[in-house]
Amino acid sequence: MNHTPRARALNLEIKSLRRTAYFFLAPALIPIFVFFFLPALAAFILSFTDFDIYSLSNFQYVRFVGLKNYLQLSSDPLFWQAMRNTFYYVLAGGPLAIVASLATALLLNSKLIPYKSFFRAVYFAPVVTTLVAVAVVWRFLYHPRFGLLNYALGFLGLAPIDWLGDPTWAMPAIILMSIWKNYGYNMIIFIAGLQSIPQDLYEAAHMDGANAWQQFKSITLPMLAPTTVFVSIIAMIGNFQLFTEPYVMTQGGPVNSTLSLVLLMYQQGFRWWNLGYSAAIAFVLFGIILLGSLLQAQLQKKREGQ
Amino acid sequence: MKTLWCSRFCRCSSLVLFLLAAGCRSSNTEKTVIKFWAMGAEGEHVQKLLPEFQRRHPEIEVKIQGIPWTAAHEKLLTAYAGNSLPDMCQLGNTWIPEFNLLAALENLDSWIARSRSIRPENYFSGIWDTNVIDSSAFGIPWYVDTRLLFYRKDILEKAGYRHAPRTWKEWHEVAVKIKSLPGAQEKYALLLPTNEWGPFVLTGLQTGSALLKNGNRYGDFSGARFASAFEFLMKFYEEKLAPAGVTQVTNVYHGMAEGFFAMYITGPWNIGEFRKRLPAELQDKWMTAPMPGPETHTPGVSLAGGSSLVLFKKSSHKAHAWKLIEYLSEAEQQLEFYRITGDLPAVRAAWQDTSLTNNIYIKAFYQQLEHVVPTPKIPEWEQIAMKVQQYAEAASRKQMTTAEALAALDREVDLILEKRRWMLEPR
Repeated sequence: MNHTPRARALNLEIKSLRRTAYFFLAPALIPIFVFFFLPALAAFILSFTDFDIYSLSNFQYVRFVGLKNYLQLSSDPLFWQAMRNTFYYVLAGGPLAIVASLATALLLNSKLIPYKSFFRAVYFAPVVTTLVAVAVVWRFLYHPRFGLLNYALGFLGLAPIDWLGDPTWAMPAIILMSIWKNYGYNMIIFIAGLQSIPQDLYEAAHMDGANAWQQFKSITLPMLAPTTVFVSIIAMIGNFQLFTEPYVMTQGGPVNSTLSLVLLMYQQGFRWWNLGYSAAIAFVLFGIILLGSLLQAQLQKKREGQ
Repeated sequence: MKTLWCSRFCRCSSLVLFLLAAGCRSSNTEKTVIKFWAMGAEGEHVQKLLPEFQRRHPEIEVKIQGIPWTAAHEKLLTAYAGNSLPDMCQLGNTWIPEFNLLAALENLDSWIARSRSIRPENYFSGIWDTNVIDSSAFGIPWYVDTRLLFYRKDILEKAGYRHAPRTWKEWHEVAVKIKSLPGAQEKYALLLPTNEWGPFVLTGLQTGSALLKNGNRYGDFSGARFASAFEFLMKFYEEKLAPAGVTQVTNVYHGMAEGFFAMYITGPWNIGEFRKRLPAELQDKWMTAPMPGPETHTPGVSLAGGSSLVLFKKSSHKAHAWKLIEYLSEAEQQLEFYRITGDLPAVRAAWQDTSLTNNIYIKAFYQQLEHVVPTPKIPEWEQIAMKVQQYAEAASRKQMTTAEALAALDREVDLILEKRRWMLEPR
């Protein structure tokens, strides 16, 4: 350690600079602390209690139960059903959504397409539309007798499907709708990513005689990798929190086939008022999302290292 | 939406009138505003009953807020937690124990004692009972609801029965005969969907099972009585007399019309729906009948359902809100409400009117309502009912035997009731 007066003065200066920085950060930090960290901490504590409707009537009726909520979750068939459904949605819906948004981004980035900004606005429109309004329209599209989708199936000579009433089809129906609703957002990010790829790379490849597919495989995809990781992490976090779609369209049915973790949490928390139990679900979900994000970031690091 | 627009329009126009009149009169008389929350169709239509009430009580202004049924429970609990409950509310009668536990409801005994119009004997006793906790009343029945048998007369006749089944034994025989009718191999006798807990619970109640035991501390579903009812219903799935799962019938009206099934246990709202949705040539071929009972001499009881009107303890306008409850409990208002919504009147005097006596489908409901019993009056009941449904489904799909399903059901119910047991322990 250097204890010369000059070093000490520098130290002091840094300290006062730091204080100023905190002062300017305070308006942002204090609300985040009060409205995010404190409630999250409270919820974490709540997940070790049996807070329920009785506790609502009288705080004496709250007990600390340790890990009981978590243990009970592990033996709750409904929880595992919700877990399976959520993973189904994330693993099937996530990649499909990314492929769809990348494909449209490529189309809209191509030189052959006219009226690009018009199409971009059209594809982005579902993102800014209220989900409830979208759900009402899609309920009509999915109607077993009068729906457009079954009409199209009939045209192809296929039997009609009861999209939202059949346990095997309800989740695919939810996935289809949410892809349609959300892919515009990722598409915009992909377009930005595509536009930042230097044009000369393509020119050089062209001179070397690479065809369109080779260019896509060897230039576009690797250059888009950071964008793809970003998009897939954001999409995964969002997909794990599946709630509004089943809440509005199916209420978790039929036979719990669209019951997601967040919907189960909502039902436990606000329908039955088992707040302790539902807080435990929230932290399990938090753990899963955290693990998923770390895993994806790790994979990306490995790829960059190679 | 329309009512909202109307009230806005009225308010605007009354403002204009007020401004016009301001020169002549100094101020309007102060009005007491009572807030009234009502659910679903009732919330939409109750407004239509109010003009007469406002004429009689110009000093009271009623503000109605409609709440969809799917969000009602959450909204009420949140309002309780946030201390923003209205003055009065429509409450499904199975919710009364829960809100009573929260000490949110006004004990109505003294109000009833002072009332000239509301008397317990004016109501169906089983329905009134759902509002009574520890011998005090916390709600006044507004409309009633129960479950009974809707059936295709023509199909039963073909199977050799000129009347609806009256006992379980007969019920099962009818079903077997319907299934053996020519061309019925791919059809069923009874629709018993596993996303409705009603039939499973009410047949249990018919056997005299209390569903729970030891002062509602433990589940009693694997007890002999409930088990006999559960096994009886499971027989319908096993012998392919009822379709398993809920997906084969997506539209009950369509299924009933094409004879995919001939019997269905459902509630009064389906009288209107069957009239509207069954084709004209079938209109004289369906009928309603009280639930068959386990034995000849015991009437088949059913569920005491419906909604009640309650006062909230924290309200500062209880006397005014009580006037509205009395008004809505008058036989004429009950009848008018029946005409608007199809909700069956809770006040028995209203049932003497020709609009009900002339309706051939309603008769069975009147008979059934004399034999209704409440489900266990504890806040956990709805959670338990959901579990009954879940295990009925598992058993109907043969994922478990009936004994396994009922044992698992009891285990889960005991888990739900753990907190209740702890609270009832003397400390």
